[in-house]
Formats: sequence, C-alpha cells, structure tokens
Amino acid sequence: MKNRIFKQLAIAGTVLSLSACSSSENPADKQLLGAGSTFGNPIYSKMFSDYGTANAGIQTNYQSIGSGGGIKQLMSKTVDFGASDAFLSDDDMAKAPAPVVQFPTCLGAVVVSYNVPGNPEIKLTSDILAGIFLGTITKWNDEKITAENPDAKLPDQDITVVHRSDGSGTSYIFTDYLSKANADWKSKVGVGKSPNWPAGVGGKGNEGVAGVIKQTPGAIGYIELTYALQNNMTFASLKNAAGNYVKPSLESTSLCANGDIPADTRISIANSAVDQGYPISSFTWILLYKEQKYDNRTKEKATNLVKELWWMIHDGQKDCSPLNYAPLPPKAVAAAEAVLNSVTYDGQPILSAAK
Amino acid sequence: MVKGEPGGRSLFISKCIVSLPELEMSNSKVLKNKIFLKSINGSAIFVMLLLVGFFLTLLYAAWPALRANGFSFLWGKTWDPVRDNYGMLPFLIGTLITSFLALFISAPFAIGAALFLGEYYPHGTVSNILRNIIELLAAIPSVVYGFWGLFVIVPYVQTFEHKLNIPSSGLGIFSASLVLSIMLIPYSVSLIRQVISMTPIQLKEAAYALGCTRTEVIMKVILPSNLSGISAGFLLSLGRALGETMAVTILIGNSPKLPNSIVSASNTMASLIANEFNEAVGSTYTASLVEIGLLLFIVTTIINLLGRMIIKKVSVKL
Repeated sequence: MKNRIFKQLAIAGTVLSLSACSSSENPADKQLLGAGSTFGNPIYSKMFSDYGTANAGIQTNYQSIGSGGGIKQLMSKTVDFGASDAFLSDDDMAKAPAPVVQFPTCLGAVVVSYNVPGNPEIKLTSDILAGIFLGTITKWNDEKITAENPDAKLPDQDITVVHRSDGSGTSYIFTDYLSKANADWKSKVGVGKSPNWPAGVGGKGNEGVAGVIKQTPGAIGYIELTYALQNNMTFASLKNAAGNYVKPSLESTSLCANGDIPADTRISIANSAVDQGYPISSFTWILLYKEQKYDNRTKEKATNLVKELWWMIHDGQKDCSPLNYAPLPPKAVAAAEAVLNSVTYDGQPILSAAK
Repeated sequence: MVKGEPGGRSLFISKCIVSLPELEMSNSKVLKNKIFLKSINGSAIFVMLLLVGFFLTLLYAAWPALRANGFSFLWGKTWDPVRDNYGMLPFLIGTLITSFLALFISAPFAIGAALFLGEYYPHGTVSNILRNIIELLAAIPSVVYGFWGLFVIVPYVQTFEHKLNIPSSGLGIFSASLVLSIMLIPYSVSLIRQVISMTPIQLKEAAYALGCTRTEVIMKVILPSNLSGISAGFLLSLGRALGETMAVTILIGNSPKLPNSIVSASNTMASLIANEFNEAVGSTYTASLVEIGLLLFIVTTIINLLGRMIIKKVSVKL
C-alpha cells in the first residue's frame, strides 16, 4: 500500500517537473559564453557585469584563454562568440564551418618601454625599432638613436631586447606595425602572434615583459598601453608615418581609427598616417556566426547575444576610458552596427525583428 | 608455473586451495580470490593500455605535422610559425642541457644531505625536522619557484654575468638550471637517504674492523654498495627535470635560437608548449606543438630506459 502511494507521488512529481521544463522560459538562453583575447579581458568583464546588472538574468561568462583559443572555440561551436586581437585571415575564414562576421569593440595600443639609467625621454622611429629588435642595433648610444635624440644622455650600454614568450595578440600588433613600416623586418620575420624573434629574451605575458624590463638595466620591450599606464612605466614617443613624434595615449590611439573602415571591419590601423595618431594601435574584435541558427540554438538566445553586443558598442563604450581603453570612433561604430544588423536567425535579421 | 614468480605463487596457492579437499574452503572464498586476482591484473593492464593509448592519441594529433615536417623536424634549427617552418633542435638541446646541468649541480648537495640524514644522524628530533624541511622543498609549487628565481636569483646572476662582461638580463640556461637543481634535491635525497640508512651493518662493521676511517667507510663501502639506489634517486630527479615546465619557462629567457653558451637564453620543449599552445591557430602549427610533446614523451622514455640499464649494471649483489 505504502509502496503504491510512493510510486504515484513519484510519477506525479516527475510529470510536474517535466511540464515546468517545457515552458517557454529556458534559463540556458540567458547564459552566454565567450572566450578569447586576454587583452580585452578587463574591459569585457566590466562590460558584461554592467550589462548583467542592467538586464537581470543575462549572464555572460567570458574566459580569457587567448585570441587563438577564442577562435578555436568558436570554430568548434562551443562558445557563442570569440574575441581576438587579430581579425580572421582569409585562410581562417575559409576554414570556418559557417560564415563568421567580426566587429571591433575598442582600441588598444602597444607602447615601447625601456629601462635606461636616468630615465631620459627617448624618441624612436620604425627603422631604429626594427634594427633593435632584429639585433643589428646593439648599444644605446648607437649613432642612429643619438641622431634622433640629441638632447638625451644615452649611455654606452648594451640593449637587451625583451619580447613575449607566449603567443600573443600584442606581438601580432607590434610585428604588424614593424612589417608595414620596415621592409627588412617584413622579409626577415614577418607578422605573427609567435614570430621567430631574432634577438632578445622572452617574458610571459605583459607582466613578464614588464618585470624583465624593470629588472634589467638597458632593456627595451613592448607592452600594452593599458598595462603601461597602470604601472607607471616609461615609454618612448614614436615617429608616425606623417612624420610627427607622438606619445602613446588614449587620444592618439583613437585618432588612428578615424579613417574609413571596410564593411567587414578587417583593417589594420598600424603605422597610420593620421597627423597626431600613435602608430602602433589596433582594434580588438569580437567574432560570431552570421547565421545564428545552428546546433539547437534558440531565437531567444541569439537575440540576447546580439542585443548585448549592440549595447557593447554603444552604451558599453563609457566603460572604456576609466579602464584605459580607447573607445571606438563614430565610423567604427557605424561599421560595427552594420555587421550586427547583418546577423540573422533562420535567414531573418535578428535586430530589425526585435525592434 | 615458476616458483618464486609472484603470479605463479598465488596461482599455485589458489590451485592448491581448489585441489585439496581436506582444507574446507567454501566456493565463495575461492571465487573471491579469483575476482581479486583478476581485478588486480585488470588494473595493471588498464594502466599499460592507458600509456599506450596516450602515445597513440599524441601520434594521431601530431600526424599532420609529422607529414608536413618530415624527419628534418628532428634537426631543424628554426621555429617559425609565421612561415610554417618547424624544427625542434634548439628545444631538444635546451631541455637536455638544463636537465643534466641541474642534476649535476644538485648531485653533491643531494648526496651530502642524504649522508647526513642517513648515516650521521638517522634518528632524533633535529634529524626529523631537517628531513621534513627537505621534503617540504618538494611541496613548493613550481610556479612559486619560478617567481622566486625571477626576483632573487636572476639579479644575482645578472650582476655575476656583468662582472664577466657578458651583456645579459640574467635569464637563461644558468638561472633556470640553478633553480631547477633546488627543486630536484628532495626527490633524490629521500630515496638516497633511505638506501643509505638500509646499508647492511655487517659491511660497515667489517670495514671499521679493518681499520677504515669514517670517510673511508662512506666512500669505499656505503656509496659503492648503494650505487643502484643512488642512480635510481638521480633518475627520478632527472625525470622530474625533463618535464618541469613552469619554473623553467619563467627563467629560461624563451629564445627560439640554438643556445651558444651556458648563459644564453634558450627554451625547452615543455616550456615552448606551455607558452604557445593557447594561441596556436592553424593545423600545422598546433600539430607541430603536439609533435614536440610526442618527442618529449619519447625522449623521457629513452632516458628512463637508459637509466634503468645503468641501475641494473651498478647494482651490487649482496
């Protein structure tokens, strides 16, 4: 008798819980997953947390495993969106299982930091930088450096080059600039996240490079602008393609991005000829599939995703400056809007349907 | 069924149990025996299959690179992901140099500490405290060793190298080997201390009776008779050194070039994988990194087998 009642109660309980599941509110639709760039981690964490508080229920989980990891996860469809410091190459686009679109979210810059006794203000050009990193310029008082810096007291000290030991979007941005500005670098090394560095030692992460620079007299290396500003590191002014010496800052970074942006937003703004623009600047991108109906994704999830990404390029931009990221200029925002408007679910553009 | 061989003995016993009717052994006990034996054998076979499976999955994942790079991978000097030109020689050399150098640096200290704790002061509170402190060295996470080395050892190495007029940042094979040698000490000390303390007392007494001094007993009786245990301790440390990733990657300077001196920056296979695997995009690049992992696995296995041969050769039959 007892057994029978117990069984009936169990059946009733299961039926009730199953019917609850079949209702239209699926909590999984409000949980979004992203992965990728470590450079963008601070700003994305802030943006996602702000969006979550404003839109209760939407939880975005972002894992900063590196740009390469983000792209891999997106290709295997284990995340909703990926984040990368380098836009997808034609090869990567061809290998994707379905068309992928990308849009920029903010700007970063790479600064050249150094440790010279006396902390003089140093000006550098792309040729000097390429020479240092190729190992052809080995002393701080080399004529090429002193010619650009007649006022600075440069010692007769060996230059120790510091680069990134891990594959990194920062290395990509730096080598992209050197390849565009110096033909020697382009032929000998090229552009990449883990190039074959001809000289120097490697540090792991921005903090590794900064640590080695601080500890080694005569060291020179490249780090993210946000990192350099937050840690009060000395950095050099660079001569841009317009011939002006520009000190890296949020303003000089944003100026570079004011030019025209192609429709697919795949553009490198390094070595810009903008008058007061800092030459080693770059966008950082978010990637997602153009057609959001794949692998049992619901329309609600796709809409939540695209709405959050839309917010990131509009209201979310106010989070950029306090964290030392440069916000997107208007032309970039317009291009990103066009990309987001093209994202579809079952052939229908998601954003126009939601409005 | 060979007497003395473990499987043979238990099989013999279980056969006896089954065949002697005088012993009233219930069928359930016989069955339990059989199940126990089978599960032990099963676990052993499972571990072996796991190892083989591990090797096969590595081989499968590295296949695109094995095809693309060919044999020249083994002696290739460039590692260029931008141009898809891969070669592992600099990393192989870096791994072998750092591991063996660390072993050589730690060897005298390990034997000294083991003798102190095993021969001079095997018992007592202070001896226990010292033994625990040495074993605590093994408990420190390797990344902590790396950062400690970066902030403490590297500046000293840098000043030392500047005195010798070598321009450097302090990072390189020398710093990595120094810190690695500290990490290896607990592994060899614990094993060597145990074998030294288990030296048959008759041997030592006989040596003393012949008029040997303490030093002579140690150098001529204790150490030679325990050569196999000492070699086993060093082999254990070497295995640890070959696979050590985090501490080495922080200190070695991560340069993809062939090292030309003991103070130059270099890179090891494990450190390369740890640094580049996350961001690797492209099938040849990722597969080449897996190929490096596969070759590290093979190198470690070969060194282990060589080590075992050495241990067998030097073991003294008492």
